[in-house]
Amino acid sequence: METLEQIKNRAELAARGARIEIVANPGPSQQSSLLIDNEHAVAVATFLRDHPALSFDFCSNVTGVDWLDRTVKKTTKVKQVIDGVEKEVDQTTEEKVPGYLEAVYHLYSMKLKHGPVIIRMRAPNRNDAHLPSLTPVWRSAELQEREIFDLYGIRFDGHPDLRRILMWDEFKDHPMRKDYVQPDDFEWEPTPHDQVLARAKQHYAPRPAEDGAEKITATDAHG
Amino acid sequence: MSEGIDEQLRSELQRQGIWVTSMQELYNWGRKNSIWPLQFGLACCAIEMIATAASRYDIARFGGEVFRPSPRQADLMIVAGTVTKKMAPQIVRLYNQMPDPKYVISMGACAISGGPFKQGYNVLKGIDRYIPVDVYIPGCPPRPEALLHAFMELQRKIDGQKLSGTDKAEFLKPEQPSEFPVPAFGEHDLNPPANKDVYHPPVLERQ
Repeated sequence: METLEQIKNRAELAARGARIEIVANPGPSQQSSLLIDNEHAVAVATFLRDHPALSFDFCSNVTGVDWLDRTVKKTTKVKQVIDGVEKEVDQTTEEKVPGYLEAVYHLYSMKLKHGPVIIRMRAPNRNDAHLPSLTPVWRSAELQEREIFDLYGIRFDGHPDLRRILMWDEFKDHPMRKDYVQPDDFEWEPTPHDQVLARAKQHYAPRPAEDGAEKITATDAHG
Repeated sequence: MSEGIDEQLRSELQRQGIWVTSMQELYNWGRKNSIWPLQFGLACCAIEMIATAASRYDIARFGGEVFRPSPRQADLMIVAGTVTKKMAPQIVRLYNQMPDPKYVISMGACAISGGPFKQGYNVLKGIDRYIPVDVYIPGCPPRPEALLHAFMELQRKIDGQKLSGTDKAEFLKPEQPSEFPVPAFGEHDLNPPANKDVYHPPVLERQ
């Protein structure tokens, strides 16, 4: 299989105007991915599938990721003049990266038996996230994009049948988002600890005699 | 088991070839030895249920061989596997369609209380939130022997059910409901999250 840079160059030539970036993977697998802009995604995907040297005809996995706002620290060597002598000093800069919702596709080639190539698409607007659907290119993305719609709330434009798949249709939230709040259907816990204990304590009857008046929490019918 | 007949007299008569019993004993004997389960497996516990029905652990010798596909013909529902919130209304509907007398075995940790997936967004924390359960089987999954033990426990329970008197069996009392309201799909959770008449969690005792 060609290197990721070569694939990126080919794709940029084939789908004119496409802006592709390589996102490096710092983990041990070192599977870097191609970040594709949303406008030319279908063109790039069709190229990856149809070109005879690449032939990525099998989309094995489509998944969603919810990135929150984070700060990235970068250390660069900067030349500074200290005490009259020019030295190279490490300077750490903090960069704020805004959060986004992402869809990640893993592509393999059944014909040429190589892969995977990983492509990503980002939807920055959380409240109205739209991404182009790659179901017309790979049929196996159909149900998986429905799952991403159900759990993350990303709408796929061009999907033949976009509706919820795991939760029921009347459900309003998107459970895999980081800001999802679980409904409070409390139940008796025999040995609660950590988060579960914190949630359970809200349902205990208040004991002002032992805990003091400041520790009164809400009561619940279950007790 | 019957109160009226003296055991000594009964064994005396049996030696002479006369067999004495009561309607209750006979009726319960027939019911407990031919429990027809509903073919109802949801997840991994269903595989253990299948193993119990297969030849090595043979549930047929207890009378439960015919797993009925229709709830109208079944009298036992073995809830085997994780109950998702999406599936819960269908389970209650199936339970409502079963004719009296009916029993429920809650098999595995997931059916008892949500099990290892308790914090899941789509997991119902125990099927006893909506329907009454007769026997609980702990385990993940419980061994086939455990399911057979639960089956025998249910047989013992059926044997002890009285047909008349003030403490007669629940299904013979006309004021006891045999159908339970089906939960509706709400915007964030099932509506209601539990049936207050059915769901009686233990009361918490704090140290």
